Amino acid sequence: MKGDASFLVELGFLLILLGAAGALALRVGLSTAPLFLLAGLLIAEGGPVSLTSAEPFLEAAAAVGVVLLLLALGLEFSADEFGNALKRHAPSGVVDFFLNATPGFIFGWLIGLEWPACLALAGITWVSSSGIVAKVLSDLNRLGNRETPAVLSVLVLEDIAMAVYLPVLGIVLVGGAVLMGALGAVLGVAAVVAIVMLAQRGERIAERLLNHDDDEQVLLRVLGLTLLVAGAAELLGVSSAVGAFLVGLAIPPKAARQARRVMEPLRDLFAAVFFLAFASQVDLNSIPAVLPEALLLMVMTLVTKVITGWYAAGREQAAARGRMRAGTVLVARGEFSIVIAGLAVAAGFAEVGVLTTTYVLLMAVIGPILTRFSDQLARPWVARAARASPSISR
Amino acid sequence: MDVSETLLPGVGIRYEFRTHDGQSLGIIVYREGNAEFIEYDRDDPDASRVLLSVDEDEAEAVAEILGAPRFARKLADLTREIPGLHSEPVRLPATSSFVGRQLGETHCRTVTGASIVAIVRGDEVISSPAPDQLLLAGDTLVTIGTASGIRRVRALFEADA
Repeated sequence: MKGDASFLVELGFLLILLGAAGALALRVGLSTAPLFLLAGLLIAEGGPVSLTSAEPFLEAAAAVGVVLLLLALGLEFSADEFGNALKRHAPSGVVDFFLNATPGFIFGWLIGLEWPACLALAGITWVSSSGIVAKVLSDLNRLGNRETPAVLSVLVLEDIAMAVYLPVLGIVLVGGAVLMGALGAVLGVAAVVAIVMLAQRGERIAERLLNHDDDEQVLLRVLGLTLLVAGAAELLGVSSAVGAFLVGLAIPPKAARQARRVMEPLRDLFAAVFFLAFASQVDLNSIPAVLPEALLLMVMTLVTKVITGWYAAGREQAAARGRMRAGTVLVARGEFSIVIAGLAVAAGFAEVGVLTTTYVLLMAVIGPILTRFSDQLARPWVARAARASPSISR
Repeated sequence: MDVSETLLPGVGIRYEFRTHDGQSLGIIVYREGNAEFIEYDRDDPDASRVLLSVDEDEAEAVAEILGAPRFARKLADLTREIPGLHSEPVRLPATSSFVGRQLGETHCRTVTGASIVAIVRGDEVISSPAPDQLLLAGDTLVTIGTASGIRRVRALFEADA
């Protein structure tokens, strides 16, 4: 009984801590993810608070948190939207990958990481945070802007690419050979194609299985199905995240609409615990040592991301200010980078965890701030355009 | 008038057009059914400003006021005049999940892009039906839209319960 009491007290304390962090995020107009990471650092080793009995729960809840985060991401986009993004912005996706994954990989290699950890770092610098970017776009009323389809398309393509990247990373992290990794990529592509086809063919069956007037029924069915598939994926060695993501993709639009609404509070809770638990594994004393590295990585991948957005928005015929807005809004990295780092840490590459926590803290904060000032940043180009064609400005 | 349509992944659809006095306007129809009317900046043509935002019911009401009666009146002219615009009857099968439900619950316009401008029930015609109109098995829904929009209407209503 005494154990129960201390568990409940600690859990209550943690949730209130998260609530306070979230409130602070709202107050200063930031996304919650970096604040939840900061809250996690408070209970980390070397931090001011140490917990005893809530730890096993944190671990379990964090595992569920990853699954729910990825499920929500899969539910966010439909197969149609993916097809459309691919048609209009495939080159943007390629530019995004080469410009942003490469610096991560090379940087990892330069600081002496083993190559599986380098591959993880490539993913960490590659993927923008869909959560943060979507929120910033809506907060700044940019959803109607001409450059915005380019931004959203880059996000969709990154998210789908994760379905291929994560299995590869999973195999490589546990010591699989390059050939095995390639096999993982093939499996990933096959799974995405199969899921998309299945979602279209089996739409009626899926709607019947998952749609219900009662929200409780939808919650239990979707959650049960997702955890089952995520667990099976983990058993197969491709990580539970991919399984959950594919379930989200496979759920047809009508059911997805309801599932999004029903799952949202649950995802918020478990995702918050996931960020907290991730940061709590970090040894605080090791952060100062990685800070210069994280700062360098930040500057590099900030510039490459701005170039990516600049290029993608150019495909939508946006002008300098629009292109700069697209570039800066994409800078934020967040949940996906943490999920990738989580896989690396679980495989024994603890140094990736510290570096990523610091890096994501920086990027998640600086991205939204930077994009607020993007019009000022674009000024040199606007002036140049005005000089080049004075007839337009008259 | 030229209306361009852009899919916003994870958000909805954006429609964009230029008015006769040269102002660029847009309407974002969100996945959830609410809508925003936006205008584009003349100085920075990529930036938009929200003029008006309406929730799902209000959007439905605006569409009713501006759209349905005119559509019904000009149905024949329009389909003749505008290549690509079609009008077709869609029968509601007894097995459809929308039998006994309200027209508004189908979110037909939001989901398919096509509009139901009249319902033929036996020898009775309900023209420009309101969102709370009940649908019965065997109803014929007079639909107007693009060929693909009408195909989507067919798929929507023919999906089994």
